[in-house]
Amino acid sequence: MRGSTRLSRRELLKRGAAGAAGLALLGKAGEAAERLTSRARDPHAAGTVGSVGDGSLDPMAFLGHFDHGRVTRLPSGQILREYEIHAVDREIEVAPGVFYPAWTYNGQVPGPTIRATEGDRVRVHFRNVGTHPHTIHFHGFHPAGMDGVFEPVHPGEDFIYEFDAEPMGLHLYHCHTMPLKKHIAKGLYGVFVIDPKTPRPPAREMVMVLNGFDTNFDGENEVYAVNTVAFAYQESPIEVRKDELQRIYLVNVLEFDLVNSMHLHANFFHVYRTGTSLTPDEFTDTLMLCQGERHIIEFTYRHTGRFMFHAHQSEFAELGWMGLFNVVDHVV
Amino acid sequence: MMAARTRIWFLALLPVALLAVLSLVVANTGVVSFLRQGVPPVEELTFERVTLAPDLITLEVVNGGPDPVTVAQVIVDDAFWEFTVAPSPTVARLGRATIQVPYPWVQDEPHEVTLLSSTGLTFSHEIPVATVTPSAGPRFFGIFALIGLYVGVIPVAIGLLWYPLLRRLKRRWVDFALALTIGLLVFLGADALHEALESAAQLAGAFQGTLLVVVGTLGAVLLLQMAARTRLEGGGAKGRGAVAFLIALGIGLHNLGEGLAIGAAYSLGEAALGAFLIVGFMLHNTTEGLGIVAPIAQDRPRLRTLAGLGLLAGVPTIFGAWIGGLAYSPLYATLFLAVGAGAIAQVVIALYRVVGRESEGSMWTPLSAGGVLVGLLVMYGTGLLVAV
Repeated sequence: MRGSTRLSRRELLKRGAAGAAGLALLGKAGEAAERLTSRARDPHAAGTVGSVGDGSLDPMAFLGHFDHGRVTRLPSGQILREYEIHAVDREIEVAPGVFYPAWTYNGQVPGPTIRATEGDRVRVHFRNVGTHPHTIHFHGFHPAGMDGVFEPVHPGEDFIYEFDAEPMGLHLYHCHTMPLKKHIAKGLYGVFVIDPKTPRPPAREMVMVLNGFDTNFDGENEVYAVNTVAFAYQESPIEVRKDELQRIYLVNVLEFDLVNSMHLHANFFHVYRTGTSLTPDEFTDTLMLCQGERHIIEFTYRHTGRFMFHAHQSEFAELGWMGLFNVVDHVV
Repeated sequence: MMAARTRIWFLALLPVALLAVLSLVVANTGVVSFLRQGVPPVEELTFERVTLAPDLITLEVVNGGPDPVTVAQVIVDDAFWEFTVAPSPTVARLGRATIQVPYPWVQDEPHEVTLLSSTGLTFSHEIPVATVTPSAGPRFFGIFALIGLYVGVIPVAIGLLWYPLLRRLKRRWVDFALALTIGLLVFLGADALHEALESAAQLAGAFQGTLLVVVGTLGAVLLLQMAARTRLEGGGAKGRGAVAFLIALGIGLHNLGEGLAIGAAYSLGEAALGAFLIVGFMLHNTTEGLGIVAPIAQDRPRLRTLAGLGLLAGVPTIFGAWIGGLAYSPLYATLFLAVGAGAIAQVVIALYRVVGRESEGSMWTPLSAGGVLVGLLVMYGTGLLVAV
């Protein structure tokens, strides 16, 4: 483990609050500059220098966080889940000291992971407090008027999306305002999980959104990541327990590049394509995903120690899409 | 009397004082932020020097933009990489920073280094052919002295050997040689100006490269004209001697620029200086010796004078190569090249006068015009061997 100046959780929150209070760009950059540490390093180590302290997204917290909504019952007995989502412009830190002027759902990229069970009624209260028209386009079955394509929500306006959660599987939501490429690249996307009526077996569950950022707006990504922050899980490896079933909700939203992928070291995983079946489609250690493609993968570690996972496009890996599992006997 | 002088001072300083007050107002009130509302900062970083040591790339950058720039991350060949930056990741306007990247670069292969700023902008530099940058030491000084000797000193010395021939020539052929010298100098001046402008293009915006060339060139012309005025106007052997000295000086300054370029290219791994190029430079620069002796061919100068002129024209190549190899700075390179172009322009003017005076007004005879043309053609022809 490399010696780094990690920020405590409290410090992160404090910085986040300062950011929300409207710290000037240069002020923030200066603060980030202070955090850049000088370390003598062996010349064969890729990675960023410093740590992210922006507070707009804590990759470790995002990994295991699911928004189940506010749950009530409709007169028919059907479960109603209500979610609050607003679109807002926000500058986010995508690599230590590198700030990106994002468009976000709820101030974070990716947006909150929405979770429902097949057959539930989903009601999303959407409010646009950004500077451009936005929508939410959910993948799944729903009426035409709920598709988030022909119903632009202008700044200051509201919209309520309502539909039944189906089919079960791993889906996503994203803004569908034109120009589409811009609205997605700027960060308007999130994960939409629909659980089967009979739950999947218990497991340690994680959400991984494969994304990237074109920070200089030249139509190519400078930063690649899983869950926005380059090398986040390399800097702080994800602790998992040996012999425990791991389940990853893996969603690729990467803009500009044709494909993305997931490769797991020293292990193989079962693939449930789009999560729409309870029987696995494939057993592999490298999985390719185009934009919008998403799969549930499940695996168990037989050995303790540190294991890498990353895009098997080496370029993406070295530009930020690389992480580590730290497999232990017991998670402390 | 005293009152009148005070009044003059007051009148001279009043606008200056007002400007100072106004500057303070602009700097200390919200005027700037009001004017800049919503406009993102303009960032500009220029690579001044990139050097390679085993497993280490060192980048020296200068901020030529209006706003501070913070270097947040470094990308080498599409991979984020470890780095250290001194004195600070935030580089103020006209400030500098040195960035060290411990990277296992590959000999003879190209590499691209990109700096990612805090606002996500990128600044890239390509290392065309990676090789260890020579560091100061006996070997370094030896190699570069040898290059300077081959490219500058020896060719000029060989060119001086035309002196006995010139002495035996009929008068009109000496005039032809003088005209040829003008052609040669015009070529060198244009070459220096071109290189100065090319180097100016690499400068950070704040240094106003093109205008630096204008100031340097005209400054050199004016200063030399002022300094040499009395000697040049004297005419006769003294005047011709002064012209020869100025030619040697102009060529020396040009060769300093040439040495800088060679040293820098060599050390930056941008040019593998092959035997072909060195032979080319030798041929190209031999004509320079001819140019120096042409004005004084009839005057029987002492050997010491000839040697002195040769060294003045040739030795700066060695210094140029040393400076270029060790501490290349596009800013100084641009300035040296511009001054060289100015010095040559000044000497062309002086030489034109000499030729005019000696040929009693009949300037553009077929022989003199032809001489200028031949001078240009010889330089162009030999230039084919060195142009990359």
